[in-house]
Amino acid sequence: MKRGFTRALDFRHGHVEMTHGSGGRAMAQLVEELFVACFDNEALRRLDDQAQVDVPPGRLVIATDSHVVSPLFFPGGDIGCLSVHGTINDVAMAGAQPLYLAASFILEEGLPLAELRRIVESMAQAARAAGVPVVTGDTKVVERGNGDGVFITTTGVGVVPQGVNVSGSRACPGDAVLVSGTMGDHGVAIMSLRENLSFGTTIESDTAALHGLVAAMLAAVPSVHCLRDPTRGGLATTLNELARQSGVGIVIGESRIPVRGEVNSACEFLGLDPLYVANEGKLVAICAAGEADALLAAMRDHPLGRDAAIIGEVIEDEHAFVQMDTAFGGRRVVDWLTGDQLPRIC
Amino acid sequence: MKYIDEFRDGKLAQSLGAAITREAGSDRRYSFMEFCGGHTHAIARYGVTDLLPPTVRMIHGPGCPVCVLPIGRVDMAIEIARRPGVILATYGDTLRVPASGRLSLLKAKAQGADVRMVYSTQDALRLAEENPDREVVMFAIGFETTTPPTALAIKQAEARGLGNFLVFCNHVLTPSAISHILESPEVRDIGTVPIDGFVGPAHVSTIIGSRPYEFFAEEYQKPVVIAGFEPLDVMQAILMLVRQVNDGRCEVENEFTRAVSREGNVKAQALVAEVFELRREFEWRGLGTVPYSALRLKDRYAAFDAERRYALVDRQVADHKACDCGAILRGVRQPADCRLFGDACTPENPLGSCMVSSEGACAAHYTYGRFRSIRREAGVGSGVR
Repeated sequence: MKRGFTRALDFRHGHVEMTHGSGGRAMAQLVEELFVACFDNEALRRLDDQAQVDVPPGRLVIATDSHVVSPLFFPGGDIGCLSVHGTINDVAMAGAQPLYLAASFILEEGLPLAELRRIVESMAQAARAAGVPVVTGDTKVVERGNGDGVFITTTGVGVVPQGVNVSGSRACPGDAVLVSGTMGDHGVAIMSLRENLSFGTTIESDTAALHGLVAAMLAAVPSVHCLRDPTRGGLATTLNELARQSGVGIVIGESRIPVRGEVNSACEFLGLDPLYVANEGKLVAICAAGEADALLAAMRDHPLGRDAAIIGEVIEDEHAFVQMDTAFGGRRVVDWLTGDQLPRIC
Repeated sequence: MKYIDEFRDGKLAQSLGAAITREAGSDRRYSFMEFCGGHTHAIARYGVTDLLPPTVRMIHGPGCPVCVLPIGRVDMAIEIARRPGVILATYGDTLRVPASGRLSLLKAKAQGADVRMVYSTQDALRLAEENPDREVVMFAIGFETTTPPTALAIKQAEARGLGNFLVFCNHVLTPSAISHILESPEVRDIGTVPIDGFVGPAHVSTIIGSRPYEFFAEEYQKPVVIAGFEPLDVMQAILMLVRQVNDGRCEVENEFTRAVSREGNVKAQALVAEVFELRREFEWRGLGTVPYSALRLKDRYAAFDAERRYALVDRQVADHKACDCGAILRGVRQPADCRLFGDACTPENPLGSCMVSSEGACAAHYTYGRFRSIRREAGVGSGVR
């Protein structure tokens, strides 16, 4: 096919070159043959510098997230689907219905086009499955050595339905604290591949888009107070954020927190605490104590909330401490993460 | 999960706690020092003190390798890392230890020094093999547990002809530190630190065995119970110490029989003796200069010694004036007694070494237990302490 009299991109042997980001024919070709072809939707096909879309009435939510995960491919996912799920989840944690995504790629010269295609196809599949199309984007290329394959920034917009008011500042003393499933899967899956601590594991990343679960939860309990996805810094960090934002304390029970045996073992020999290990497909919810059972039932009815559990309660505490009753029988602080437990996890 | 949950069982902990309370009674007070940072961490992380009666007090000892590393030695490590062509390989814990001039290895790394975090000396050896045109220096720290792997790496480097692998040796010895504490005026004369017995090291003892502690039990009349690092190990050891005190016994007992023998790991001891020799003296943070308390490479292995290759000079650097790390490491003060704790000195910005490693007494108290200090100070209205 002599379309435009250009030779088709060589996805088998080709590599990203500087010209793919220079605004010329090579870039136009990459955009058309890869991005437009994979993400395929009406707004993108117009090839404007921006997307024009219809938005239903309500409060607009915008969230943006950069993804620099290393390695690019890991058990249970890759940087592509992660970049879709991460931003969708940030939008969904406002209780919003995510509508559209924008994606910005920083490519490193020399990245095999086959890898780039695998990543973009994974993104496209994740976006299609979530029903949230990628409607606009941007591509830049940096010289070899100035990037690490590919960095992806995604921005998402969504709309909060009437009557929903979810915020990290709404936790009240007496509220119940819930999680949607096992903690630490994503972090351990990534760690299992790192060059200097490779170990065999069957644990897969939990990367997933959570807006369906959130919609089901809000349908059952529209008055949910707080939602947040415990990504970097894990459950411990998220609980500390919520406690500080709301000016309350939180007490959780160690034996009530779901953690996979394999994750526990891996953390044990790496000297990590699963409470601080990242998740990419889990959420923390806080609601009035009287509605906790209904919320838990709604979560467990959803495939992404099957292992959901009530793990603790909100208390009055001017110091905004998160405390934990240990399975051993003592009590301790669950503190903010100090330093960098594991760099470039998402 | 096998071999983890068994040693963290809440029900067993309750019954051990009840036994300690029963046997300790209310007539006297018991003060035991857990020498190791691993025990300090377990006590704080699992809330062991919540299960102990008020008559039993635990004093945190100096057995945290990162905490006792003096500023001068960290300065030397930074100096090595900044040499052109050098890769400094280090355990993760030492990256944030504060050095002179508000520096740390982490900050030196950000400024361009090639500092790599490794999990073992084998990783450092691999770095040396993969970078034949660079010099790879292992920042070797730790007690008897981490010394044999360093010795092994040096022997392997020699066997493989790896002339670009070097060791900056900071290995220290547990028994010398224990004697130093027992000889300190606070313990011996003034009695400000009433130590009734020691919870003996877990991993260190797997190497050196239980025999070296017999001297302390005999000479200083202090019971020692060697214990594993799991919280139930610690509780069992405390019960055994209470019983020894009640019976008037001063013996070395071994709670950690699943890993520790009287003789220890003889092969590892031989390996260490082959490669290392005693230093005349070594500076410990908090304890000062302690004679014959550390190791250096023997002349036979001088080619692998970074101190000799780079002609490094040992220098002493004073700690922050208001920092109580020294007194805390000797058991004289507790973390929350320090003026800097939780204000100027936090895990994000550690001024003293006890705040750096998760095994440090200050970091453990800050991370896991500081709500207790607030309860104690309720009404005083201070900030986070």
